Amino acid sequence: MTEVIATNETILVVGGGISGMTAALEAAETGKKVVLVEKRPYVGGRVTQLYKYFPKLCHPTCGLEINQRRAKMNPNLTIITMAEVTDIKGEAGNYTATVKIAPRYINDNCTGCGDCGKAVEAEFDDEYNYGMGKRKGAYLPHRMAMPQQYVIDPAIIGTDDAQKAKDVCKVNAVDLDMQEETIEFNAGAVVWATGWQPYDANKIQPYGYDRFENVITSVEFERLADPTGPTGGKILRPSDGKEVKNVAFIQCAGSRDKNHLLHCSRICCMASLKQCTYPADDVDISVYYIDIRAIDRFEDFYQKVKAQENVSFIKSKVASIVKGEDDSPVLHGVDTEGYNRYANQHDLVVLAVGMEPSVDKESFPVDIVINEEGFIEPASENGGIFAAGCSSDALDVNRAVQHATGAALRAVQVINRVAGTEG
Amino acid sequence: MSTNSQKYRNSFLKEVEANVEEGEWVKMCMQCGVCAGSCPLGKHWDHPPQEIFMMIRAGKRDEVLTSDSMWMCTSCYNCIARCPRGLPITHIMHGLAVYSKRLGLMPDNQPTAEFGQIFWDNLMKKGRVNELKMGLSMYFKDGFSQGIKNAMANQKLGQNMMKAKRMNAMEIMGGHGVKSPGDLAKIIKKAQEIEDGNIQDFS
Repeated sequence: MTEVIATNETILVVGGGISGMTAALEAAETGKKVVLVEKRPYVGGRVTQLYKYFPKLCHPTCGLEINQRRAKMNPNLTIITMAEVTDIKGEAGNYTATVKIAPRYINDNCTGCGDCGKAVEAEFDDEYNYGMGKRKGAYLPHRMAMPQQYVIDPAIIGTDDAQKAKDVCKVNAVDLDMQEETIEFNAGAVVWATGWQPYDANKIQPYGYDRFENVITSVEFERLADPTGPTGGKILRPSDGKEVKNVAFIQCAGSRDKNHLLHCSRICCMASLKQCTYPADDVDISVYYIDIRAIDRFEDFYQKVKAQENVSFIKSKVASIVKGEDDSPVLHGVDTEGYNRYANQHDLVVLAVGMEPSVDKESFPVDIVINEEGFIEPASENGGIFAAGCSSDALDVNRAVQHATGAALRAVQVINRVAGTEG
Repeated sequence: MSTNSQKYRNSFLKEVEANVEEGEWVKMCMQCGVCAGSCPLGKHWDHPPQEIFMMIRAGKRDEVLTSDSMWMCTSCYNCIARCPRGLPITHIMHGLAVYSKRLGLMPDNQPTAEFGQIFWDNLMKKGRVNELKMGLSMYFKDGFSQGIKNAMANQKLGQNMMKAKRMNAMEIMGGHGVKSPGDLAKIIKKAQEIEDGNIQDFS
């Protein structure tokens, strides 16, 4: 049974991505007790799946390592992974949270040695790589996963594979009898940081993401470029594994569109510009855009990418994609610099998909004010529940971290009020 | 003010907003080009919708209103379905066509405009469309001998329509209509008066 010691002076942080981690750490470092609940088997969220950050092109693993160290050092912080908040009742200063924890089938004895992963034969689509590539039925979600503990896929429970994992483990970490549990605990304030998800590219019918193998999303491209990704960092075509010599980026794939996401997702322009630096110099790159939104200091980065000889910019929202020769996508549209009709063939097309809030408007487990775009409004009706990062708006990592720090402060203020009345 | 600056400081966008149906949407266009790329007849247009919107904002009044482009729209609604800003592009194109006709600026012998006029004249006689006379008017619009040729070429279609009771040979005798064509004429006259009254003068 998972033990959580919490009172109404505890801060509950929902979601352990970069925003949730930041809010949890900032609050814990002020001396408050914090419980962080994360749905995935590890903290760090989507940032762990990025190859590089813009604009400095540094690796997210670096900042992640610092945050992980801060988390390990802090006795005020309790992290529960593979857990979801299903209900929050009460009011500011006195909430009761219900949390459902899925079985990991691995206990804290795990040293991350990897013997179980080798012993198990069953393979599954690797969600960490957006389904590109496979992982074992017993797996470490990614190299830097925190906690550094394996996970057993529930699909192999009851099979010989599961028994093999148990038998091979030298430290008695495999517990095949683990059950789902539901726990309840108190909290004075809540930081809601459930983040975002890539917009479902299948919904953009004319782009044929569901029909053409060589049309992929920006988050998938990020995994292709990563040396720890499914292709070892080589940018290869999904259809035939050939090296990509000609790649196109389509901006606003699902954003700024009445038929899809109403809002500008803010990150996609910079993400694509960043991704223009991934392929080798001899790869031709085309960026199809409505307007490039590289704000304030990012303008320098835009100018730098613009100066790259292998990159060209086409001012046009692509109207449709059809399959050309050799499974190469052909982009159709009309540009805005001369109104020329084009039909351009590329080896690979990357859809710069928008940011959608990861919790559906209709299925929020708490009573909270949500705006038209599905993000949480900073409304007084929310009481002691504060949105952090991409729960509040489409934000890049930099701004999400700033926002999360602000959210942590609001939560700390509530706890201080509680402590004052009680003390 | 010099003539040069006057050339650019015109009020064509305001004129379109005031006098063209759905014209107030024109300024919402963000020039993404999805309408132009999605139009099945796009390559036959001199200026795709996206360009028309830009020309309106640039004050190119004569080029827009004498253009053949908006008459090319077949109302397939692909552009409306895909426009990320929800502009009623099809309706704006029809609005521009109607406005250019009102001002007498539409191109000569424009087939869509000719069809529209024939349809309207046919409808106004009895308040209902007389399919037979409608077809004949279309066939003979370019003279008697061309009319005979058109009729011969479409003979089979005409026969099939009669078989399927979609067309009645007796309609040639006058044909069916609404109960009170006089009242309909009054309604239309009133509507036209209201419409004329709403037109603002920008000259």
